[in-house]
Amino acid sequence: MSPLLEALFNSISIGSVLLMSALGLAIVFGLMGVINLAHGELMMLGAYSTFVVQNVFKALPEPLFDLYILFALPVAFLVAALAGLILERGVIRFLYGRPLETLLATWGVSLILQQLVRSVNWALVAAIILFCLLFFGALQVLKRRLDWERIRNWAIAINLSLSLAIATLAGLLLKNNPNLGKPWFSARNVDVTAPAWLREGFPLGNFQVPYIRLFIIILTILCLIATYWFLNYSSWGLRIRSVTQNRTMSSCLGIPTATVDALTFALGSGLAGISGCAISLLGSVGPNTGQNYIVDTFMVVVVGGVGNLLGTILAAMAIGITNYLIGSGTLGLITSSVPALKPLTDFFTFFATTSMAKVMTFALIIAFLQVKPAGIFPQKGRTAEL
Amino acid sequence: MSNGLGRRKFLLYGSAALGTSLLLKACNSSPTPPSSTTATPGASPVAAGGDAIKVGILHSLSGTMAISETTVVEAEKLAIKEINAAGGVLGRQIEAVVEDGASDWPTFAEKATKLIDQDKVATVFGCWTSASRKAVLPVFEAKKHMLWYPLQYEGQECSQNIFYTGAAPNQQIEPAVDWLLKNKGKEFFLVGSDYVFPRTANTIIKEQLKAKGGKTVGEDYLPLGNTEVTPIITKIKQALPKGGVIFNTLNGDSNVAFFKQIQAAGLTPDKYPTLSVSIAEEEVRQIGKEYLKGHYASWNYFMTVDTPANTKFVEAFKAEYGADRVTNDPMESAYVMVYLWKKAVEAAGSFDDLEKIRTAAIGQQIEAPEGLVTMNANHHISKTVRIGQVRDDGLFDIVWSTPGPIPPIPWNQFVPDTKGYACDWTDPAKGGRYKVNKT
Repeated sequence: MSPLLEALFNSISIGSVLLMSALGLAIVFGLMGVINLAHGELMMLGAYSTFVVQNVFKALPEPLFDLYILFALPVAFLVAALAGLILERGVIRFLYGRPLETLLATWGVSLILQQLVRSVNWALVAAIILFCLLFFGALQVLKRRLDWERIRNWAIAINLSLSLAIATLAGLLLKNNPNLGKPWFSARNVDVTAPAWLREGFPLGNFQVPYIRLFIIILTILCLIATYWFLNYSSWGLRIRSVTQNRTMSSCLGIPTATVDALTFALGSGLAGISGCAISLLGSVGPNTGQNYIVDTFMVVVVGGVGNLLGTILAAMAIGITNYLIGSGTLGLITSSVPALKPLTDFFTFFATTSMAKVMTFALIIAFLQVKPAGIFPQKGRTAEL
Repeated sequence: MSNGLGRRKFLLYGSAALGTSLLLKACNSSPTPPSSTTATPGASPVAAGGDAIKVGILHSLSGTMAISETTVVEAEKLAIKEINAAGGVLGRQIEAVVEDGASDWPTFAEKATKLIDQDKVATVFGCWTSASRKAVLPVFEAKKHMLWYPLQYEGQECSQNIFYTGAAPNQQIEPAVDWLLKNKGKEFFLVGSDYVFPRTANTIIKEQLKAKGGKTVGEDYLPLGNTEVTPIITKIKQALPKGGVIFNTLNGDSNVAFFKQIQAAGLTPDKYPTLSVSIAEEEVRQIGKEYLKGHYASWNYFMTVDTPANTKFVEAFKAEYGADRVTNDPMESAYVMVYLWKKAVEAAGSFDDLEKIRTAAIGQQIEAPEGLVTMNANHHISKTVRIGQVRDDGLFDIVWSTPGPIPPIPWNQFVPDTKGYACDWTDPAKGGRYKVNKT
């Protein structure tokens, strides 16, 4: 009984990590058709906000410090949602209906985010704020001119180059000041330690149930319920679903489609931030953290079918179970009890390392996609946007 | 867009693109010599007379290896600064030409060629990963130049043009396995990252366990960067239900995930002592000392080593780079190798004649922070081996050390392919790999 329980728990915990990271992407990819390669970096931003919150709480006495994780979750959500909002307004808004360009653009943004985290310091932040003030402020002032339409192009060009030049100059000058020029995080990984009440586990027979894994499973369930409730029972969720199904008609009915798009993207990014907080408890937090998760996340979304939450859940669990059963040698153990199945046992034992288990999982996914190319639950009817 | 790109537009855009890319390439390559020649802060004012000896420093200053290799560059620069302050080498100051390998192995080879041909450096201090060393090896052998390599590695190499001041497996892995067999248990589970060093190291460990009466109960590899350790934890529990030794050759981010998750799964150091060969003081800081407390590491040097040379080294390093910095084995190795080069040059009486320096280097001794080190005929140095246990403040308690330095054996004696071979560059008849006649 105990090994079965252990296998079940382990599979579910691996699946829940996958589901947590894929939830945000399922919303963005599923509801909007945006291929967001910066999703891993949004998770990384959530993980870094957890680090910052941890540092803030370090100054407090012991019992309060252990609660930092509960504050880190909403902070991670907000930071990632804000980043997603800026990303959507600044880059993705112009690229709707063009999946290849979105892919390239978001990949570029992921590189920018990685380097931003490595080199961000007060000087850079000051320079960025200065640039925004100058550029958008001047833009507002210029917009009031009567001949705005005529001078629009070169006015923006001059405005942009001037604001950039001034902001860069300011940034370079400020960088020489040692207090302002020191990077916040540097390129090294940072240490996020789980609070004391999450560190051990409770024994269940021969097996210890880690509290972290339990925490992540509960977090995933809560996020699922919250997302489902929001999408199906709130008015903004209704608007999101209607824009997904028929954009022009929704616009005719008075739904602000631009705001709805921004909100959906922010929601997906916020969920990525929460999953970043979760993975900071499991592994390292560094500029490259996002890269470790992006491939698996896309696999889950593709297998689950675009636009369906249930499909994503099933896909995450299936991939988690497969990965675990093959990688831990459990399948080999089961078939080894039947001597007649020896070649099968040898086959499973060969694949029982983590690298080979990943190979096997991908092979199975490819085979599955041959049979059902649109995933477990394909989108019915004509696709609205693509 | 049915008109498409006409011929005129194509010619215009094509030549513009070609011109821009040529311009960018020229801009990128030509200013490199002056802009990357970062003379060490202590050296440049004194070396302005043009009488300075140039040495090359070739490490990754960007990319995934940067976080490790920049600390080694700092140690090398500290050694150069100290040597310059004490009067330099043969009365001349040393000027370091620092190049960035960018964690890309072909770039290492390219920069090595540039350092030797264009900057005409007297020697090069560089590399960290075995991949980078293997990439520059042909360059140094073809140009008959000299590389000093400070990292512990998997052995199975002995080049006339490289001096290795890091540990060979018999100076780090093998004594650790012996100590574990004696003190911690006979059943080993081997965990490593999926690339050449852990695989080679595990081959050596498996053979050694067979020879010494231990048992390898399992072996698993995590791809670099992978963070899902649950399947491995299940396998460890199945193979070692009552506890046992875990030998860890993971590298990089996977270490963080591994230690966080084994603690959560209840694999504590008293029942499952884990010994690592890639975790030093820097990594303890990054992973978190709460997760590593009580686990072990095997190195030749720890920051807590009690020798007068080490006290001096740590003080000088902290004074130069900050009081919150830590020193570790690769940094100490790099620091020592610059001094070994200096001694070799002074014994040879020249910094240009590489043949003389090579011969003069053999037999040189230094009271290093880790203890006495001696350069052997096989271009490796004898080093003391130490096992440390992580303590509360993130530094290591030294729980065992060899009574004195151990001579290096580059060709591993447990692996059937290289058993019985040795390396001796003082004897032209023997060379890099010769079979030892059993007399």
